[in-house]
Amino acid sequence: MSFVYEKIMGGKKGLTGFIILATLILIIFPLFLDAFRLNLVGKYLTYAFVAVSLVLLWGYGGILSLGQGIFFGLGGYAMAMFLKLEASSPENTTIQSTPGIPDFMDWNQLTELPWFWEPFTSFTFTILAVLIVPAAFAYIIGSAMFKRRVGGVYFAIITQVIAVILTVLIVGQQGVTGGINGITDLRTLHGWDITSDSAKNIFYFINCGLLLTVILASRFILTSKFGRILLAIRDKEDRVRFSGYDVANFKIFIFCFAAMISAIGGAMFTLQVGFMSPSFVGIVPSIEMVIFAAVGGRMSLIGAVYGTLLINYGKSAFSESFPEMWLFLIGGLFIAVVMLFPNGLAGLWNDYGHHITNKFVFISKAFSKLVPQSLLKKVEDAR
Amino acid sequence: MDAYTSSELISIFAMQGFSGISLFSVLLLMALGLAIIFGQMGVINMAHGEFMTVGAYTTYFMATLTETYFPAFMPYYFVFAIVVAFIVAGILGYLAEFALIRHLYKRPLDTLLATWGLSLIMQQSFRSLFGAREVSPTLPEWLLGSYQPTETIYIPINGMFVLGLTAVVTLGVYYLMFKSRWGLRVRATTQNRVMSGAVGINTKKVDRYTFALGCGIAGIAGAAFTTIASTGPTTGTLYIVDTFMVVVFGGAASLFGTIASAFSIAQAQSILEFFISGSMAKVYTLLALVVILMFKPEGLFASKVRR
Amino acid sequence: MNMHTNTDFTLSIEDLTVSFDGFKAVDNLNFYLDKNELHVIIGPNGAGKTTVLDLICGKTKATSGSIKFLNSELTGLSEHAIVRAGVGRKFQTPSIYENLTVLENLEVSYPHGRGVLGSLLFKRNKKVLDKIHEIAKEIMLEQALDTEAGLLSHGQKQWLEIGMLLIQDPQLLMLDEPVAGMSVKEREQTAKLLNKISQGRSVLVIEHDMEFVARIAHKVTVLHQGKILATGDMEKVQNDPKVIEVYLGH
Repeated sequence: MSFVYEKIMGGKKGLTGFIILATLILIIFPLFLDAFRLNLVGKYLTYAFVAVSLVLLWGYGGILSLGQGIFFGLGGYAMAMFLKLEASSPENTTIQSTPGIPDFMDWNQLTELPWFWEPFTSFTFTILAVLIVPAAFAYIIGSAMFKRRVGGVYFAIITQVIAVILTVLIVGQQGVTGGINGITDLRTLHGWDITSDSAKNIFYFINCGLLLTVILASRFILTSKFGRILLAIRDKEDRVRFSGYDVANFKIFIFCFAAMISAIGGAMFTLQVGFMSPSFVGIVPSIEMVIFAAVGGRMSLIGAVYGTLLINYGKSAFSESFPEMWLFLIGGLFIAVVMLFPNGLAGLWNDYGHHITNKFVFISKAFSKLVPQSLLKKVEDAR
Repeated sequence: MDAYTSSELISIFAMQGFSGISLFSVLLLMALGLAIIFGQMGVINMAHGEFMTVGAYTTYFMATLTETYFPAFMPYYFVFAIVVAFIVAGILGYLAEFALIRHLYKRPLDTLLATWGLSLIMQQSFRSLFGAREVSPTLPEWLLGSYQPTETIYIPINGMFVLGLTAVVTLGVYYLMFKSRWGLRVRATTQNRVMSGAVGINTKKVDRYTFALGCGIAGIAGAAFTTIASTGPTTGTLYIVDTFMVVVFGGAASLFGTIASAFSIAQAQSILEFFISGSMAKVYTLLALVVILMFKPEGLFASKVRR
Repeated sequence: MNMHTNTDFTLSIEDLTVSFDGFKAVDNLNFYLDKNELHVIIGPNGAGKTTVLDLICGKTKATSGSIKFLNSELTGLSEHAIVRAGVGRKFQTPSIYENLTVLENLEVSYPHGRGVLGSLLFKRNKKVLDKIHEIAKEIMLEQALDTEAGLLSHGQKQWLEIGMLLIQDPQLLMLDEPVAGMSVKEREQTAKLLNKISQGRSVLVIEHDMEFVARIAHKVTVLHQGKILATGDMEKVQNDPKVIEVYLGH
């Protein structure tokens, strides 16, 4: 039991933060938001997977990946390919010149399904692909770079270039990828209408469950010796190497894990929003996701979720009323978070937040004195 | 490639080669500026493309001004526009260094985020000032047209002009960075800031002017850019990744490496473009760069240092 | 491939050369280190002292020559493999993890759970804690186990780094300027520490402070321009005319 408490929940402080977040997304949001808004929050929470992955990678590991969109995209595309194949059954596509293949392939004069689409008819394969393909891709990139000691700035630039390559490839090969529009018109999962409110509701809760699990898994990693080695690598890579560790393996592992988390986010995005497009793969979304983590606090798993929610809320609020202001604001935010509060919201909370919690504890203690003890006893007994 | 005869192939290579020259010139001008800022100062300037856009819009602004008020001056304005583009981008760079960059010299990854923010702000400013549509300045007559050495080969004059401009700027940068007293101060400062300060170099001033110079050269790249394509608020972002690749691939601190790498990247892309689609040409070029960099992370022309 | 035979030496370096673009920082070096020996390398700046340590621990790759540790070849091995073979190295500037506590610094250096999986499943059990306390006591930091390492004094940081090596129980311990920046009292304590830990293993030290060298060294080697100028006990080396020439100038 103490293992769960200390290692996964992160002690008292970690547990409190975790419970507050879980209450917010599992109870408060569903109670107070309409179906449309809840779905929107669900969409934002899929970005939070990437933000959490960046806390591990960048905050603790000092490895800035500007290509997390790659993995979000790979996960999202894998799921979208499965759903698209289901949507493109011969009965649904009788008007095409080649029925049974996705509509965009038909428009691009393809007459049969490309080989790498074939396995995506299986849901089991798709789930495995969501988890394994991005991790394998990260493994290849990671071993090539970390074994040769490419790090820091160069790693950031090269991941960025890979994100560009993938985007250009997806846009350019529209016959097999759906091109710039992405893969759209995804409607059913095993015949179940995923566009209905009830389906969206269920996906929202699955998404939250997965996100919370990912946070716990990440916390387990960070509280283990691995987590301390990760920090040590960030601060004094040579010392770690000369303490007998193969530093590259640690970096590769955390990069693969981060890729896998991001991919889960991507797959959940496709399920909740009903499409996937190259605009979630390139440099711009990848860097935006870094700012989610930075605003939430690059060292805080839970902060990353709040950072994501806050920025995306701001984005949708601003683009409704003052679209031209948004770029100024987010641009200013990038600068401010780097120069004024490098530890983000979590840092601010640690500096000033305890005043608020102290007050809260004071109020609840005062309140408990007002309630007659006999009443409390009754409540206890009733349990 | 069987479909082409050898003389056709030569013409294709020659013409794509010359169209590659324009891309090469713009890339090299951008990379020269970035090689100073990134290679020497270690700042990851993600707003470098926006400084190029500043130069391009400055040229457009000068063209419109000349066209409206001094039409007789049209044949000559472009030369002045280049100088003004350099100055405007340089001043903005100076201000950016003062407000932003100087606080972040010890945190290279953070300069990346801060300058990305700066680039977003600059893009929106362009949109507010010049509109979302792409614009092109009216070019002087003498820049248009082409020279035709054989029947099948056309060489655009603007490409030649830009190439000449690039050569002049490159020589200027070479002299400034490696032959002048000022260049020595820059190199001393970037290698050991504390020591340079101790021997009486005003490192703050050196930093500020170096950054401004890099941005100013990006401004010249912008002026050159207007001769080959039209300018929009997000034009700069299209070139930033390529520019970084040029600098990294060339070996961050080597001028010769930067030139060679800009040339090979631009030519590879331009010649491939004729045979396969433009997007696949870009994919193959970038992919080749990534693979080469994985085997030779320090770039093509890095100096060996005792570490 | 190698005609050298096995020896009793902990470390035997033969014909070792490294050149950087033609400049030979270490030139045809032959050097032997016995068990239980505390050997100090001295020499003017740029003599190649730190480079020798870099070569032994794999930070720099040798151009030619051989480095044998307990009769097995080290050249060509990766850094972590050399450490695991039993070679520990302290850097010139204290190289510790400033954001971790002293305890965590020692824990990270504890020679178990060095793989990815091993580190994920590593448990801070009694055995580990006992070892950490034992080492902390030895390096005079037992009271500071929960202090963040960044807050330690310069001398304490040097000790902590020595402790981080000791916890791995290396057969060869290499220390690059271990008393730089230390107070007189700290130097004294460090000298005692070094004399104590050199029992049962070999210690190779780079140091400038001659008084300190005289206190600890069993043997001294003077390095100059990548070559050995003199070797032997302190007295012999100090009276060597070549050494005097190099140190006092022309």
